[in-house]
Amino acid sequence: MNLTDKAQLMNEETIRRAITRIAHEILEKNQGVKDLVLVGIRRRGVPLALRLQQKIQEIEGVQVPLGALDITLYRDDLTTLDVQPVIHKTEVPFSLTKKTVVLVDDVLYTGRTVRAALDALIDIGRPQAIQLAVLIDRGHRELPIRADFVGKNVPTSKREVISVCVAEVDGEEGVSIQDMAE
Amino acid sequence: MSWRHKDLLGLRGLEKKDIELILDTAAPMKDIIGRDIKKVPTMRGKSVVCLFYEASTRTRTSFELAGKYMSADTVNIAASSSSVVKGESLIDTGKTIDAMGTDIIIIRHGASGAPHLLAKHVKARIVNAGDGAHEHPTQALLDMFTIRERKGTLQGLTVTILGDIFHSRVARSNIWGLRTMGADVRVCGPSTLLPPDIAELGVKAYTRIDEALEGADVVNVLRLQLERQQKGLFPTIREYARTFGLNQERLKRCKPDVLVLHPGPMNRGVEIADDVADADFAAIEEQVTNGVAVRMAILYLMGGTSSGIAH
Repeated sequence: MNLTDKAQLMNEETIRRAITRIAHEILEKNQGVKDLVLVGIRRRGVPLALRLQQKIQEIEGVQVPLGALDITLYRDDLTTLDVQPVIHKTEVPFSLTKKTVVLVDDVLYTGRTVRAALDALIDIGRPQAIQLAVLIDRGHRELPIRADFVGKNVPTSKREVISVCVAEVDGEEGVSIQDMAE
Repeated sequence: MSWRHKDLLGLRGLEKKDIELILDTAAPMKDIIGRDIKKVPTMRGKSVVCLFYEASTRTRTSFELAGKYMSADTVNIAASSSSVVKGESLIDTGKTIDAMGTDIIIIRHGASGAPHLLAKHVKARIVNAGDGAHEHPTQALLDMFTIRERKGTLQGLTVTILGDIFHSRVARSNIWGLRTMGADVRVCGPSTLLPPDIAELGVKAYTRIDEALEGADVVNVLRLQLERQQKGLFPTIREYARTFGLNQERLKRCKPDVLVLHPGPMNRGVEIADDVADADFAAIEEQVTNGVAVRMAILYLMGGTSSGIAH
């Protein structure tokens, strides 16, 4: 697979502003931090959820609980794979019962990851509501799923590849788009 | 990093990265056992058959629950109540189970090498749950998982395996696995229960328990198979308990943070004293929980399609 030159969609600055706006939107929609918890989807949803937690603390002075979800065991393509992907820990060290969970991920694409995450969450507890926050929504949904909070909507073709880099995982910040050349 | 074998027949010949993959995968599996809803949909539509030619409670139940927690369909076959009593051969029984669309067969058999023979004749993946005096890989893996959980690593630890080494598949699998993971392994028991060529496996053999325990990080106490006394391999159970039984006094020779393991079922007061078995430094119940986690990890890693994997 050859990739053409990258075009940058977001940099450190614009990611920071998007996170700030999403934090305000979460607080506005839920009228504060009561019963609010954040759960990031591994891997890049986790650092993004951590930043939302920090931003919400700056605004409201309250630290909302933060968890990390590994959705590998809930993927719908496991039986078609030759080799099973590596599993990481799910760390949700608090009860989800009657909480409003904001699920956080980097890119929303087909919706299959979010579908798996919903199943994983419901096996851990029974939240009052689940909302979805993503940094990038690139369209092409294959399931009836939409995000409540979006950093940036990016119309793409299926041939394009979106890469999100966050400092905690990749050592650099930015969102870029590339075309898969034939 | 991924699992690239069709079967799990033993720890001999497995590489360090294979063992690490199983132990790393078992850690998140253990969390699932602690949840209210102990089930993930990962192996939906996969079938697992436990084919046991020998009596077993914990290993068979552990595999069965591991399969159920992963949403696989599990079936148990006890040889005593199956066509085996009508004289059906192992290979024919295996082929029959295979023809029913089974994905994974867990086998325990009194003959060393039985799982290897079965693996050659069926499409299903085979997991060895104990064959004769040969190997019991999942027991050794759960022992290693427990050690790693308590000590953080296996590298450089001194592990003493105590008891009937000669007849023990648990000892053999532990030796292979621990050596691969960089631990120093000592074995200790009466000379009648030590294989003469055991040093070839890279372990040190002791017939005096105090020497074997000196500075040990971990003591893995094996079950004394009481029927061995009939064969005259040791004089009396009382004498065995006096010479080789693990008690608080003897444990003082080990490192202060020693960890005691026992694969169960225990003969309390024979190979292990009551106050040792129930102490905080013993992880015997924890081993049982970890056994389910390790078996979930193995079923998961073997749950993929087996095409494109070297047999």
